[in-house]
Amino acid sequence: MALRQLALGIAAGGLALLAACQPSDFSEAEKATIASLSLAALPALPADPSNKYADERLAAAFGATLFFEQRLSRDGNVSCATCHKLDRQFQDDLPRSIGISETNRRSMPLAGVARSPFQFWDGRRDSLWAQALGPLEDKREHGGTRAQYAHFVKDQFGPRYERIFGPMPDLTAVPVKASPLGDDAERAAWDGMTAEQQDGVNRVFANLGKAIGAFERSIVHEETRFDRFAAALAKGGEPAGDAALSEEERYGLRLFIGKANCVQCHNGPRFTDDHFHNTGVPSVAGLPKDTGRELGAKQVLADAFNCLGSYSDAPAGSCQELKFMKAEGHELRRAFKTPSLRGAATRPPYMHSGQVATLDEVVDHYSRAPKSEDGESEVVPLKISDRERQALIAFLKALAE
Amino acid sequence: MSSKTRLWIAAGIVAVVALVAGVAMHFMMMTPPADLDLSRLKNSAKGTYAVAIEPEAGTFTQNEMHSWVLTVKTPAGDAVTGAKVAIDGGMPQHGHGLPTAPQAAEIGEGRYRIEGMRFNMSGWWELKFAITAPQGEDDVVFNITL
Repeated sequence: MALRQLALGIAAGGLALLAACQPSDFSEAEKATIASLSLAALPALPADPSNKYADERLAAAFGATLFFEQRLSRDGNVSCATCHKLDRQFQDDLPRSIGISETNRRSMPLAGVARSPFQFWDGRRDSLWAQALGPLEDKREHGGTRAQYAHFVKDQFGPRYERIFGPMPDLTAVPVKASPLGDDAERAAWDGMTAEQQDGVNRVFANLGKAIGAFERSIVHEETRFDRFAAALAKGGEPAGDAALSEEERYGLRLFIGKANCVQCHNGPRFTDDHFHNTGVPSVAGLPKDTGRELGAKQVLADAFNCLGSYSDAPAGSCQELKFMKAEGHELRRAFKTPSLRGAATRPPYMHSGQVATLDEVVDHYSRAPKSEDGESEVVPLKISDRERQALIAFLKALAE
Repeated sequence: MSSKTRLWIAAGIVAVVALVAGVAMHFMMMTPPADLDLSRLKNSAKGTYAVAIEPEAGTFTQNEMHSWVLTVKTPAGDAVTGAKVAIDGGMPQHGHGLPTAPQAAEIGEGRYRIEGMRFNMSGWWELKFAITAPQGEDDVVFNITL
């Protein structure tokens, strides 16, 4: 009799255990994690001490003009908005963006990017304004030179520029095309300029970035159905109407923060830890070797427009992110930034070079956890059923509506 | 087959399923070991120092850069000043180090501010300090979970 009771007890306990795996009420720990993912948990936008114009409205408005200005390019056809499309979450839906020609990387959406300590997939810039300057001179993107842009802004937007940044430097003897990063002729033209001329052009160039950065600070995440669900849950009520998640979506959420543990890197209200991870994403055939953060860390330290550089407005003692940045270590090899998952369901393809076409394949990648072709993947295999896979995807879709 | 036997079989299946599920969950989520020593006051490996750590602000938030204060004393309780402190650490279950490169700055009375700390992921972190002072070289490892 006692054995039978014990058997019944174990059976009942086992069933209770299985029931706990089904979508049902969330535990207090789960509720706390859900609250931490809600937009309501987003702190105030941090200041950017390296850009004294970061929160000036005139600068942001000028930055918006520049963001959509196609004449800020070699051929007059490329603006920031070419790859960061206003109506497409400020990205372009392509595996690899196309400016003057095709690049090696997927364009990133811009909502909330002002909160990221490092920009680009490899973090090779440490502010929005320094980020904006890179594509302007990349020969596959805007393809122009800083001297060209200084002349253009003086000719087309002189008074507007000077109202924000003060007097333009004398550009009369500055070549039409010149940059330390250009082709042979452009570099030679740059080397032929005086140090004062170079500094003047650099300052105008940096200010264009600061205006664009000020504009980009205004691009924020929109509230999603998940956020309304989280708000209702936090109040202790049963989320209903446009705050409701279906049973499948709730199950997906539970997996996301539990068994599948996506939340380990996709954490906080933006669903990103703003860090760099090797997750074994394969390279794209034909592209040059890409070491990700390993090179990006070196580049940001060497960038003349970084937080510690002479064009930064940061007072002494700031630039903590750069000062304490991890610049070396085996885990930097082929590590790429954790992207936000807000809106991700409606912007395939995925990964830093658009290697993965669908969300289904993304979940498949993380459950298989292939070895990295270079460096070591942090991901461990995850046995996941078809039902669980569909639930995770259903939850991700609730983060995009 | 008697009903009792059937019940035993059922119980056995459930127990096995529960065990397998539990073990699988443990590895998938890489749960920190249950017996992890989370003490923030420890003796260094060779017993040279008594070391204490605490977040400078009392608490810390995941993903935010912050500072800790490391207090180094001799076993007799005397403050250890002028020590060189090297910081290392990471997530043992993930094979990666700290996401930042923190640095130590002495702030007096055997206390050292550990600047540039950030924990970007939940789970088990190790925080290692290599302390070099006239008393000798010694290491101490703290466990932190979040």
